[in-house]
Amino acid sequence: MNPIYVRRRRKDIVVRGLCFGAAAVGVTWLALILLTLLYNGIAGLNLDLFVADTPPPGSTEGGLRNAIVGSLIMTVIGVGIGAPLGLFAGTYLAEYGRNDKLTSVIRFINDILLSAPSIIIGLFIYGAVVVPMRGFSAIAGSLALAVIVIPVVLRTTEDMLLLVPNALREAASALGLPRSLVIKRIAYRAARSGLITGVLLATARVAGETAPLLFTALSNQFFSLGLNKTMANLPVTINNFVQSPYAYWKQLAWSGALLITLTVLALNIGARILGAERTAK
Amino acid sequence: MTDLSVSVSSNAHLASQQPLPEAPAKVTVRNLNFYYGEHQALKNINMTLGTNRVTAFIGPSGCGKSTLLRIFNRMYDLYPGQRVTGQLMLDQTNILDPKLDLNLLRARVGMVFQKPTPFPMTIYENIAFGIRLYEKISKSEMDDRVEKALRGGALWNEVKDKLNASGLSLSGGQQQRLCIARTVAVRPEVILFDEPCSALDPISTAKVEELIQELSENYTIAIVTHNMQQAARVSDKTAFMYLGELIEFDDTSKIFTSPSDRRTQDYITGRFG
Repeated sequence: MNPIYVRRRRKDIVVRGLCFGAAAVGVTWLALILLTLLYNGIAGLNLDLFVADTPPPGSTEGGLRNAIVGSLIMTVIGVGIGAPLGLFAGTYLAEYGRNDKLTSVIRFINDILLSAPSIIIGLFIYGAVVVPMRGFSAIAGSLALAVIVIPVVLRTTEDMLLLVPNALREAASALGLPRSLVIKRIAYRAARSGLITGVLLATARVAGETAPLLFTALSNQFFSLGLNKTMANLPVTINNFVQSPYAYWKQLAWSGALLITLTVLALNIGARILGAERTAK
Repeated sequence: MTDLSVSVSSNAHLASQQPLPEAPAKVTVRNLNFYYGEHQALKNINMTLGTNRVTAFIGPSGCGKSTLLRIFNRMYDLYPGQRVTGQLMLDQTNILDPKLDLNLLRARVGMVFQKPTPFPMTIYENIAFGIRLYEKISKSEMDDRVEKALRGGALWNEVKDKLNASGLSLSGGQQQRLCIARTVAVRPEVILFDEPCSALDPISTAKVEELIQELSENYTIAIVTHNMQQAARVSDKTAFMYLGELIEFDDTSKIFTSPSDRRTQDYITGRFG
């Protein structure tokens, strides 16, 4: 056989093996994490986890109700504030400000915000909200999560709107649509599943954030719905419990971690399904 | 003068070789210049589009024919750095008036693009959407208008049983006819076609060409095309453009049989372009 061809074949096998190996290493860790979580967390996954509040030290009964509810509330408020801001800002960049110099500046700053360590954002809200309000509060926690949501949603919104072909905008304008309707009725609709995917991914991102809540919402060992008081939440509770000497607290931490992971997994799968719908069309 | 590769036959008046009677002017272009930034893309264009006539614009790529078409509905306004001088009238309306309501202008001057651009909604909504911008009518009236528009687009028989299917589910040729129907639905006076068949197969092309001829009974039509046979088949008047200038503008039969300019002749016989 042609020696050049043989050499190329050999190279191909080696490179393919390396690629496969690299992929396998990555997936292995992920699988190990998931399996460990399942193994340790599944035991505590019972009704009590959802209906009983976090127990005092040493107790051997109780659940995570207050933390679950607190996480839900703060995530919903955070996404509720952050997602519209991100959507509007992304719309500006992709539609109105497309030819504007300001746009590239905003995009650059947004990219910095996107990769900023979340603890910095927690500290910022601590200084901007917690100190003036003289106390940790759920609203401060929600605001910190909102600040994390904004750049994620902004980026996906801009990317998704830029994927909408310009021909579609021109066609809508040619029909006599004003700019606002071209965006609202045509561009948003064409990019809809992408926009929803962005919000889902941002939700998944903040659902597991610990650092920004440590300095803002803190945590609460009791059930509370007050937005101006500290509020229990899953990530910080896990963080506290896992460092404790109590076996039952550790068990709750495992179960809480499993719960967050499954939620994030579900959100990501939902986003993938929506994304697949988009490309299928 | 004898080896013209384009045969001209389908239009009755073309065969007769009689000059076309002058139609009243719908669109009047006077001393029109257009600039993309510093680059001058159109140089001193003068012409009129006759009412209910089909005017074809031919010429090599970059000659400015699409640019000219996009001035007729002020499409260029969507992008910065573009500038126009001269005069452009639609009946008594000054199209270039900076205070002109562009949405109303575009309701009067519709446009069909190179690639089919159905909106991401149902076939029915694709049509109804445009109508709703200008009129508030009942559901039954709307049903009538949608049917009429789809018939006008020669699409009704193919889609009447799936009006709630996505416009994107149609074939390319059907999508383009949907876009034509959508444009017709808002009752414009002028329809601009920017290479409407360049993304279509020959059968779809034939259907669209037939449609353009039918539409010319009620609408003033301008069509940009790279296909000279198409210009010969569908148009009454043909404008040959080259390097931003209007070289020759005359009856289609005259342009394709005895052009007066050397460059026109070279282009239609395929010596360049």
